[in-house]
Amino acid sequence: MDLQILVGIFPQVLLDGVSLGFMYALIALGYTMVYGVLEFINFAHSEIFIAGAFVGVEILLGLKSAGVLEHLPWVVLLLLVLLAAMLVSGLLAVLIERVAYRPLRAAPRLIPLISAIGVSFFLQDLIRLFESIWRNAFNLVYPTIDPLTVRFEITSTIDVPLKTLVVIVAALVMLFALQFIVKRTKLGKAIRAVAEDQPTASLMGVNVNRIISITFLIGGAMGGAAGVLFGVQYGLINPYTGFIPGLKAFTAAVLGGIGNIPGAMVGGLVLGVLEAFAASYLSLLTGGAFGAEYKDIFAFSILIVILIFRPRGLLGEIVRERT
Amino acid sequence: MLELRDLHVYYGEIHALKGVSLSVSGGEIVALLGPNGAGKSTTVKTVSGLHAPRSGTIQLEGESLVGLPAHEIVNRGVAHVPEGRHIFNRLSVFENLEMGAYRRSDARIPDDLDRVFSLFPRLKERRAQVAGTLSGGEQQMLAIGRALMATPRVLLLDEPSMGLAPVLVEQIFETIADINRHGTTILLVEQNAAVALEVAHRGYVLETGSIVLAGTASDLIQNVDVRRAYLGE
Repeated sequence: MDLQILVGIFPQVLLDGVSLGFMYALIALGYTMVYGVLEFINFAHSEIFIAGAFVGVEILLGLKSAGVLEHLPWVVLLLLVLLAAMLVSGLLAVLIERVAYRPLRAAPRLIPLISAIGVSFFLQDLIRLFESIWRNAFNLVYPTIDPLTVRFEITSTIDVPLKTLVVIVAALVMLFALQFIVKRTKLGKAIRAVAEDQPTASLMGVNVNRIISITFLIGGAMGGAAGVLFGVQYGLINPYTGFIPGLKAFTAAVLGGIGNIPGAMVGGLVLGVLEAFAASYLSLLTGGAFGAEYKDIFAFSILIVILIFRPRGLLGEIVRERT
Repeated sequence: MLELRDLHVYYGEIHALKGVSLSVSGGEIVALLGPNGAGKSTTVKTVSGLHAPRSGTIQLEGESLVGLPAHEIVNRGVAHVPEGRHIFNRLSVFENLEMGAYRRSDARIPDDLDRVFSLFPRLKERRAQVAGTLSGGEQQMLAIGRALMATPRVLLLDEPSMGLAPVLVEQIFETIADINRHGTTILLVEQNAAVALEVAHRGYVLETGSIVLAGTASDLIQNVDVRRAYLGE
């Protein structure tokens, strides 16, 4: 074992983990916000996420075939694609809630969950159908935006492509914007009030259904943004790509304390960093006995241990209530 | 001001209100008394829109409230302090009061906040505190203060004495009388008939979904049945 290599790649691995973690965090927000308000796991969120990635790839491919992709500044491109994906994914989430969850709100807990799983399959195949007709292919590759692949050499062993930094910055901006909305605005107060007690919130004059729609809109938009960032970072997407990151983001939300927004961020980061470290160090540390493909086993084993000792999640709070 | 006529409410198959009629005039405190499960809470929840009546009318100054969602009824001038207080535990005291003024955007909100703080100085001391950490009495003050922030014409109070020490009950009811003297009409649901009739002008007695007795507070206090059933004699 070469200690110098182990230490040398450390910052690089950390950076990869952090960017992956922020992506998980963005997706996790959709799960955690909806859970906070409805105590319901929106299993279709992974498809809301991948729908955003498809909106992004369609716009970029469209611009490419129009021959303008190279002529637009990357910031403009990225903002355009992000906003479009956020809009579509956000509205998609609102629509799903209207059609598939709201009519079941009074039903036992399991029923909307089944409905969510159904919506998830439905969306996967809908995207597949659409792309098959439209492009005759449903495995799509994000067109390269050349300036985003520029690598910054930090030291001789560490270099970062611009896109990784963009993922981190974009995710941070959105996470802080969301935290501001929830903690500091009237809308955020209403969201928190609805999360705690729907009938009483309605007695205050809050239109509970509207707040639930807005919650889905915000969570869906964050998922859509994550979809674009995922596409920009990893390139290849297909209609089923959302499933694994979605499941991991859900895990991240639970790890951080489901329903808790900073928790989703912390949970995403912990999971991303664990995964990146496992991917890079497992084979180095075990002399090749375990390769990078064991990263999930390693990461999830640690998660299970954390949850055994802290079942409410890292930042999950227990509010003391007196009567 | 508030008029309920022949109100029928069902929970599934259960006939919870069997034709309840009652009225509250402007400036009055009207007590709605009766044992557990009589339908007192159901009555006020139906007024504020949390339950839908199967038949009957609810009118506020001649305008029907039936069929309006709860969040619209607040706008019409009805504020409801629910049984068990239901403050927002995870919000601060201040945020709870802001939630009370959720539908308002006028410039008088700070004045009303000052008024609530002068009625309940304890809330001012604890304004930054998370509401879930307040004592029971403070939570009741907060629930009432929050409702006042909506500047209601009619205040529905559901069991404000519940779970409070006698000293606190006394204090809360003094404040209720004070709020009423400043012009707010009050429909007061109480199991504790003795304290309720001390501040109320009139009262109704509800048993298993029907009004069985109505009269002025002093009549009800004198009434033998009321004394036996609710005043412990």
